[in-house]
Amino acid sequence: MAVQYLGLKEISGSLIALDHVKDVAYDEVAQIKLSDGTVRTGRVVEVDGERAVLQVFEGTNGLSLENTRTTFTGRPMEMALSEDILGRVFSGAGEPIDGLGDIYAEKYIDINGRPLNPVSRSYPRNYINTGISSVDALMTLIRGQKLPIFSGSGLPHNKLAVQIVRQAKIADETGSDFAVVFAAMGAKNDVADYFRRSFEESGVLSRVVMFLNLSDDPIIERILTPKCALTAAEYLAFEKNMHILVILTDMTSYGEALREFSSSKGEIPARKGYPGYLYSDLASLYERAGIVEGSEGSVTQIPILTMPNDDITHPMPDLTGYITEGQIVLDRSLAQKGIYPPVSVLPSLSRLMKDGIGEGYTRADHSDCANQLFAAYAKVQDARSLASVIGEDELSPLDKAYMHFGELFEKYFLGQGFDEDRTIDQTLDLGWTILSALPRNALDRVNDRLLDEKYDPEAARRLEETGVIDLG
Amino acid sequence: MNTVYSINGPVVKVRDTSDFSMLEMVYVGKDELIGEVIGVTAQETTIQVYEVTTGMQPGEPVRGTGAPVSAVLGPGIISNIFDGIERPLQDIAAIDGAFISAGIRVENLDGRRKWKVTLKVAEGDEVTGGQIYAVCPETSVIEHRCLIPPYMAGKVTFAAPDGEYTVNDHIITVADGNGEEHELTLCQKWAIKTPRPFARRLPIDRPLVTGQRVIDSVFPIAKGGTAAIPGGFGTGKTMTQHQLAKWCDADIIVYIGCGERGNEMTQVLEEFSGLIDPKTNRPLTDRTVLIANTSNMPVAACEASIYTGITIAEYYRDMGYHIAIMADSTSRWAEALREISGRLEEMPAEEGFPAYLPSRLAAFYERASYVETLCGTEGSVTVIGAVSPQGSDFSEPVTQNTKRFVRCFWALDKSLAYERHYPAINWNDSYSEYTDDLTGYYYDNVDKEFMPCRQRIAAMLSAENKLMEIVKLIGSDVLPDDQKLVIETARVIRVGFLQQNAYHKDDTYVPLEKQFRMMSTILKLYDEAAAAIAGGRVFSDIQATGIFDTVVKMKYDIPNDRPEMFHELQAKIEQAVRGE
Repeated sequence: MAVQYLGLKEISGSLIALDHVKDVAYDEVAQIKLSDGTVRTGRVVEVDGERAVLQVFEGTNGLSLENTRTTFTGRPMEMALSEDILGRVFSGAGEPIDGLGDIYAEKYIDINGRPLNPVSRSYPRNYINTGISSVDALMTLIRGQKLPIFSGSGLPHNKLAVQIVRQAKIADETGSDFAVVFAAMGAKNDVADYFRRSFEESGVLSRVVMFLNLSDDPIIERILTPKCALTAAEYLAFEKNMHILVILTDMTSYGEALREFSSSKGEIPARKGYPGYLYSDLASLYERAGIVEGSEGSVTQIPILTMPNDDITHPMPDLTGYITEGQIVLDRSLAQKGIYPPVSVLPSLSRLMKDGIGEGYTRADHSDCANQLFAAYAKVQDARSLASVIGEDELSPLDKAYMHFGELFEKYFLGQGFDEDRTIDQTLDLGWTILSALPRNALDRVNDRLLDEKYDPEAARRLEETGVIDLG
Repeated sequence: MNTVYSINGPVVKVRDTSDFSMLEMVYVGKDELIGEVIGVTAQETTIQVYEVTTGMQPGEPVRGTGAPVSAVLGPGIISNIFDGIERPLQDIAAIDGAFISAGIRVENLDGRRKWKVTLKVAEGDEVTGGQIYAVCPETSVIEHRCLIPPYMAGKVTFAAPDGEYTVNDHIITVADGNGEEHELTLCQKWAIKTPRPFARRLPIDRPLVTGQRVIDSVFPIAKGGTAAIPGGFGTGKTMTQHQLAKWCDADIIVYIGCGERGNEMTQVLEEFSGLIDPKTNRPLTDRTVLIANTSNMPVAACEASIYTGITIAEYYRDMGYHIAIMADSTSRWAEALREISGRLEEMPAEEGFPAYLPSRLAAFYERASYVETLCGTEGSVTVIGAVSPQGSDFSEPVTQNTKRFVRCFWALDKSLAYERHYPAINWNDSYSEYTDDLTGYYYDNVDKEFMPCRQRIAAMLSAENKLMEIVKLIGSDVLPDDQKLVIETARVIRVGFLQQNAYHKDDTYVPLEKQFRMMSTILKLYDEAAAAIAGGRVFSDIQATGIFDTVVKMKYDIPNDRPEMFHELQAKIEQAVRGE
């Protein structure tokens, strides 16, 4: 029988301290039994001689200095895993909450994970066809990549994530080894429900593992949620050879939970009150994506984060951008124009794209098409800002052509239906058609040979007149 | 025996002992995790642990090693990939599988591999510190020269015959002035936080040729110099570092991935083994050392990785090589300092960074050097550090303090990156203080007109910058023809010269000769056109000939080995502009 420690020395926020404890290990998990019989879980965050500081996942409500019995388990936080987790719903701390009973564990794995050795990684090269033109053409998602969606409150990031999940699944050759790990951190109940319903409608619910920490759940549990989800993802990917898509929403709530926890511990804050280790903490999550050499599975991450006040320089999007392999940025003004998905093309990027596109992956002309679209759309912004000063009528013919191109691009290339699944051929052909709305010599990123083949102003005119995308 | 008293993340404290010295390497806990002593008081000794401390308990043993944290220097470093404390990652993977556990113990250098050693000293020779006592081919392009440790001198009392030896085999014995005998093997240890000594610093006057036009021609860096590449995410810091690592004319590249992405290191590994160095016709890995401490590896080791990297670089410098260090990214190192400092509850200065941040940065960048080594040859260490400013704000402490200690500043610009203008080095914000030092080299080795051309190109860009203020307000149509010409020429410079395509077989590396000819061709176009406009020709007529776009495409149309084609192009310019 393990030693039980009666009572506490101190309670502060979600932290409790115990004195005169022996043989306590850093990061180990403890059970805290209240006098009313309920049990809470805690984790050791600091050991100082015989004093141990614990964070209590369920919060410290109702705890007093005398009504607890604490037992240390001698193990770090672990999760029970087996293939049966598919289709199940867990709390943020990895406990089943769907009433279907405990998981019969094949294996217990430390949720902190271990760093993946860079020499054991395979460089990700296989692209995932999401069927969304802006993503496929301009910020191609690669299997094993971590590509976040930077969004704002009120923007359709959840809808976009659902569309990616649904259509990426269809694109998978076999479909059988595909699964989704969904983690909600501080998400509203209806958001979690929206995802659940969408998974159900597209018939993938039995291949989804959900981790729900809703906005009224304890924040300490929120800190564990992505760790649990990624542990499950790694298990399924690297031990069960599945292709896993992980959706983490909303990382901003995670960051805020971390900040709250850090300040209750009395740590010195860095920027905006966030702890100095925010970068390494986020990295320990995001880096858990990739492909391990010799394993057939992969972990692809799509974290969603809402930028507070749409500010991309806020520490959360900023540090995320430094770790992840690109970002998909959503833009409010596009959304207001009624364009879905409102992907802001210029700040969006996929770092792994260059090695996963072109001949043998997508199509030989992909990178030329993408580069030219980026360059031309950057000119659109210049023309627009000039137009806002001197008026559209005063623009030079070339600038007017850019304005026109910008409209077509946003309306037909960015804009697409929630159920519209475009192939990569359709997407690239559409890109060339819209580029053909520009004078030929404005397409300076493309060589003449390719232009001879692709430049077709007639098609651009047809698109404009009929408003129908001719998808061949 | 000393035991652990408290544990807080990577910071461990030991009570009531005076056994440890500052910066001493220690083994902590029953798993013998590697740590470093970072604070000593009468009451407690503070240790930062380079591995994860999960599961450690108070009362576990702490063992000192009596020596500071050191790098093992010897053959087998080049082509290898290490973590922040010089443990070979391939070997770790062989023992431990794909994921790295704490407390794993591997040899720094492969002790089984035999090297074909040729001795350079004989029994009875007098030797001094820094002298070469043996050599062996380390890779196809690097000869490893074993050096007598810097502070040792004396007489060789034993020398093994030439032959095949492992790094730990006894090669020579040196008896010093006190009669004490030192057995030397192929490897030696050196404390990573102590700079290695040299005979004297030499003036900096040779460029590190990178083949990147915006660097070589506009903001050059010297061998033995320092440069910073600051830029927000997605502006191409890593891409620029990769390009430099691939193409710069250093003998050896030390690439430090400090707190960066794992996939990026995998990419470097894959890509470099497939790429052939044009100068030696050997794979680039034959001259590259990788130090990979990715962002999810322990934060304290991230701090160490910078020092490990520069110590390795200095060691090869002392053999007479020119080394370039790519440190990606120094901001992660600074953040590691901040994290440790926070856990020590030190008083923070700006944005939570410790007050000693500037002195640490200075100490690092000052280890860049062009020197006469102790063995009488010349060697250099060039340091190129990426900086990841928070929120792309160059006024944050790491960028600002770095700026004080580097002489070359390549500011990456988000808006250029958005336009996919790579390398996204902003010509208005960047600078190089080496242009004066390097004038002589360019004058003697490239062309007498190189620096004047560069000056005119820079002036043209800044003239454009001023004109754009007006254009932004009223559009470009109202400008007089001579100013339109400036804007158009600047466009040619930006698109045709500064922008460089890393994926194009010719454009990825451009020799200085071609860079110069490109600049002079652009200026020729400007001069001809300016004369024509002064003579009454209308600018739009010249523009309509398409000659500007022809010049823009010269980077692709003229192969690197066909400089004579520039004559044809210049003839074409004359024709087009004069309307013949």
